[in-house]
Amino acid sequence: MQPHNFSGLSVSGIEFWRGDRRVLADVSLEVEATECLHVLGANGTGKTTLLRVITGLLSPEHGRVAWGGRNTRSDQDGWRASFSYLGHSDGLKPELSTRENLAFETGLRRRLRNGEIDAALEQVGLAVAGDLSAGILSAGQRRRLAMARVMLAAAPLWILDEPYTNLDPSGSTMVAGVIGRHLDAGGAAIVAAHQALAIPGHTPRRLELS
Amino acid sequence: MERTGIARAACLAYRRDLLLAFRHWGQVAQPLVFFVIVATLFPLALGPQLAELREIAGGTLWVAALLASLLGVELLFRADHADGTLEQLLLSGQPLAILVLAKGFAHWTICGLPLVLLAPLVGAGLGTPPAANCTLMLSLALGTGILSALGAIGSALTLGLRRGSLLLGLLVLPLAMPSLIFGARAIDLAIHGDSARGPLLLLSAMLVLSVTLAPTAVAAALRISAE
Repeated sequence: MQPHNFSGLSVSGIEFWRGDRRVLADVSLEVEATECLHVLGANGTGKTTLLRVITGLLSPEHGRVAWGGRNTRSDQDGWRASFSYLGHSDGLKPELSTRENLAFETGLRRRLRNGEIDAALEQVGLAVAGDLSAGILSAGQRRRLAMARVMLAAAPLWILDEPYTNLDPSGSTMVAGVIGRHLDAGGAAIVAAHQALAIPGHTPRRLELS
Repeated sequence: MERTGIARAACLAYRRDLLLAFRHWGQVAQPLVFFVIVATLFPLALGPQLAELREIAGGTLWVAALLASLLGVELLFRADHADGTLEQLLLSGQPLAILVLAKGFAHWTICGLPLVLLAPLVGAGLGTPPAANCTLMLSLALGTGILSALGAIGSALTLGLRRGSLLLGLLVLPLAMPSLIFGARAIDLAIHGDSARGPLLLLSAMLVLSVTLAPTAVAAALRISAE
């Protein structure tokens, strides 16, 4: 994995309303290189909302998301290219094979070298499923495939929403290891999860939403 | 690491949508079959007098094409929205309007082009003379392009709604009326052996306008629908 050019993320004073309910009230956070931020909170405290606000999928009422000191609103496509997002849905086409899915999603972002997809599939434990269509994979296997997509994007920042959903214990260990290697390479991650992250060699900073 | 260029990204989006269409061919063929059936209903209902059918051929073909394309365009973003790939498309860091243009063109290749190629056959059932075939196909080629562009806007706007199909029709059909008027008129002129240059040029202008403006509108609508 090549070293990342990480600029530092700074989120300040985010306020977000859904109808007449205030979901996020004055949330601020900072993420530096090699750092993992663990976003915690009971159901409905706005973990997903916060992550979607950071990605720019949702526009907050107040607050600012800055990447490398610059407001992400000023260069949205540049900002989108510098992170990789794993949402609640895996973002895979059931009609395409696992390999085709990765080739398309990653191809949109960067040029792939030979063998990169196979190496990524190997890492997430799907080496034998390269030619299967994503539609017949189990929910856990699809989650693994989505994780391979995140890895292949080679973005300095990972924004992961419940990456451990549907994964078996070995899958959870695999994801933790993958995040660890990403941090070692100078990347950073924001992870929303209910359980402990157990990332080898790193202690995530906690952000508790209420 | 080499970032993907815009042209390559558009090419990828186009290729993926064609591949997806070939993987579930039945769904893609529905609008085409619908077009053929609607256009064949008219001779059955009105009787086999070719002279009478010829008078309404242009309008019939156009209305059938309009409804068929409405049927197809509804699916343009629906699956992407449901499986989360739309979200990834929005976050890919590529200009969304260009990706949307590529998707729209793929949609036209799958739904519009076969309809255009089939039109002379369906037209023959309505008594259009072979001499009018060239204008007939040109008129429908331009028309289906306009309808794909307008339909894409409607489809993106109604994406988050539970029963969006009816609203899609209400949004798109009024906007499609000008092209319907000139498109049907072009075929009519050609059937009577006159030059259809005027309406065809107007249709071309409408196509250029809608293809230039629609991608930006669709991109904005998709961002709203994804919220």
